[in-house]
Amino acid sequence: MCQVGEDYAEPASEEPPPRQPGREQKCVKCKEGLPVVVIRAGDAFCRDCFKAFYIHKFRAVLGKNRLIFPGEKVLLAWSGGPSSSSMVWQVLEGLSRESAKRLRFVPGIVCIDEGAACGLSPEARAKTLAEMKLILQTVGFPWHVVALEEVFDLPPSVLRCFAQEPVETEGAYKAAVDSFLQQQHVLGAEGAGDSPSLAQGEEQLSWPCTQDPQNPQSPDRPPTAAQTEALSRLFDSVKTLTAKEELLQALRTHLILHVARTHGYSKVMTGDSCTRLAIKLMTSLALGRGAFLAWDTGFSDERHGDVVVVRPMREHTLKEVAFYNHLFAVPSVFTPALDTKAPEKASIHRLMEAFMLRLQDQFPSTVSTVYRTSEKLVKAPRHGCAASPPGPRCLLCMCALDIDTAGAALLSQGGPPSLRHRAAVLRLPREHEGLALRGPPATLHLGRGPAPQPELLPQGLHRAADPGVPG
Amino acid sequence: MVPLFFQVLKPRLWTCPESSISLIHRPLPAKRAPPPPPALGPRAVCGACFCAAFEAEVLHTVVAGRLLPPGAVVAVGASGGKDSTVLAHVLQVLAPRLGISLRLVAVDEGIGGYRDAALAAVRRQAARWELPLTVVAYADLFGGWTMDAVARSTAGSGRSRACCTFCGVLRRRALEEGARLVGATHIVTGHNADDMAETVLMNFLRGDAARLARGGGLGSPGEGGALPRCRPLQLASQKEVVLYAHFRRLDYFSEECVYAPEAFRGHARHLLKLLEAARPSAVLDLVHSAERLALAPAARPPAPGACALLDGLNRGRPRLAIGKGRRGLDEAGPPRDGEPERAPAPEAVPAF
Repeated sequence: MCQVGEDYAEPASEEPPPRQPGREQKCVKCKEGLPVVVIRAGDAFCRDCFKAFYIHKFRAVLGKNRLIFPGEKVLLAWSGGPSSSSMVWQVLEGLSRESAKRLRFVPGIVCIDEGAACGLSPEARAKTLAEMKLILQTVGFPWHVVALEEVFDLPPSVLRCFAQEPVETEGAYKAAVDSFLQQQHVLGAEGAGDSPSLAQGEEQLSWPCTQDPQNPQSPDRPPTAAQTEALSRLFDSVKTLTAKEELLQALRTHLILHVARTHGYSKVMTGDSCTRLAIKLMTSLALGRGAFLAWDTGFSDERHGDVVVVRPMREHTLKEVAFYNHLFAVPSVFTPALDTKAPEKASIHRLMEAFMLRLQDQFPSTVSTVYRTSEKLVKAPRHGCAASPPGPRCLLCMCALDIDTAGAALLSQGGPPSLRHRAAVLRLPREHEGLALRGPPATLHLGRGPAPQPELLPQGLHRAADPGVPG
Repeated sequence: MVPLFFQVLKPRLWTCPESSISLIHRPLPAKRAPPPPPALGPRAVCGACFCAAFEAEVLHTVVAGRLLPPGAVVAVGASGGKDSTVLAHVLQVLAPRLGISLRLVAVDEGIGGYRDAALAAVRRQAARWELPLTVVAYADLFGGWTMDAVARSTAGSGRSRACCTFCGVLRRRALEEGARLVGATHIVTGHNADDMAETVLMNFLRGDAARLARGGGLGSPGEGGALPRCRPLQLASQKEVVLYAHFRRLDYFSEECVYAPEAFRGHARHLLKLLEAARPSAVLDLVHSAERLALAPAARPPAPGACALLDGLNRGRPRLAIGKGRRGLDEAGPPRDGEPERAPAPEAVPAF
């Protein structure tokens, strides 16, 4: 594949075709064990080394970014699928380790029941819910199961972007960790059995092991038939599968954030894997979301202000997740989604997924290349700072609008092309009426959207008297 | 989806909404399919109005973006294909209004069995439009390196020949030289919206951060002394270009390059066609995305120029300049930074 950056310096050092793990091959890490899985293009790992590699990656991603402070409440978004199940399992294991390397945040789990949007019958939904509750009880974190119908009860405040706290500096993170460690040490010495309080001092948190996992935090009332009906109507009114998926994602995000806010969680972890994020990046490109790629696919997503969405699984490929879940018996629940069994050309998402996976077969470095490029994206034009720009934000995705009315690029005039009515293309601002071309003169109007600002036109074409709103 | 351009029913009187010209529509014979509808939105117009609308759109693009100021001498990159033919024709129509003068510059890459026929088409066009034509050849500019010679030199190592990488960079340099020869102040090329969409898809799939950072706008102002370049057809979809050429009965060369089947762009093109079928606005949405990509400054190494490529070719190690950085050019040792995907060295997991 003509991939940029492939090392062509020495033709002789071309890598040999990937060897199948034969009987003689050993694990590339420990050189002793028998390999059970091949990662990337030919690295065979034995079971223990694979487990260590997988866990290390998870911890390294969290540790490298240093966004999760000790003692912080973190909400894990669990869909039942393999990636999020793996993430929950990693957190569970991480919390139970020996104290030096133990994960130090306070987790909760949220699960959104999207059956109504996918057209499932109430019996199927109840069955899935029962399976999920079984797993949730095994895990033992405080959990919240929320039906998507509750999105109708969301207050309008979810559409407002809350002011962000100033970005913590490196020093603040280290200080927080040190003080937490000291405090634990002191508590350990005093033999306190009660829930520890933080040096930050804001909240009294209860450690999960003391909480009764039988008692969910949210009242467990099933959605009413009227709400389910309303949700089905909403989704039926959307014509294309692409738009339905986007709507579902927007609603799901708002609901999860609302749950996080009401229960005091400051971070949300989602289980998007490397493969899924690469597909999501390409899909967002095709949908016109090039300006927001860094938020959609980066490690942290702070556009909602007070709650930060974090993606700790972003370096694990789907293959690694699947093998880990299989080898180490991570429980997961299959829930049909909007595009289950949909034909390949049904939506942009399905098309892109099929294309990327096919290309990945042919060129095994496709997903990692796209991922590496996504790491180079920045949250332009302004970084997440305390005084967020006062520009208007999209209601659904909360990103600053990427339409600029006085921009140099032509497409910016009149808004994103997908919303621009091409019929408006046939309307000419008054400035250009005199330049009407061959063909019928007065009746033909051409141009696009709102009239370009007068200062953008060369002097000779400017009609000073009339700013030229297309008639 | 866009409405059908022709109603394939019994003959009826139909009035073009723009020109009020009444036309009698006859149903087309069952065997011949109607031409693809233009992506002009929910209005159906007759051929003449469509062409006028197309020309007006190009005019608007040029004027609102201030791409070609009056008095510019514009070198049109003419390959003989549909895009550059349409571009040259439209610019010729608009030239009096814009106050520009045109010169045709054709590039001979030395691809046997392809470029010769294309150049014949360009010569016919130049004669018909009475525009001065200059042909620049790789063989003259780059010390005897034709594309066929490059392909031979890069073949045989088991990897792809990367012909398009070489050809693209060298062609831009050749266009620049040709434009200077004719005393031009601006260069225009016929890239349409589909081309730009394919480019952004392809660059993401290849991980080419350098080109991603550069591309996207309507053209470049010309870094480092190069002539400013622009693409007036950038907002026109490929369907519109084809239809315009059809209605104006333009003569162009429509075979694909000999090296095209092995190009990576083919994957991007296939994907784009699928996306367009699922959602017609995908093409322009991709162009919109491309304009607004934000890449970290450190991730934007300059893409290798023609000199670096030629240097590699002349040294007998053609892939030097398209590898990671230009280490090989300095004859440095084995690569210092390995694959980022290798198993990380065991390090103390930071406390968090």
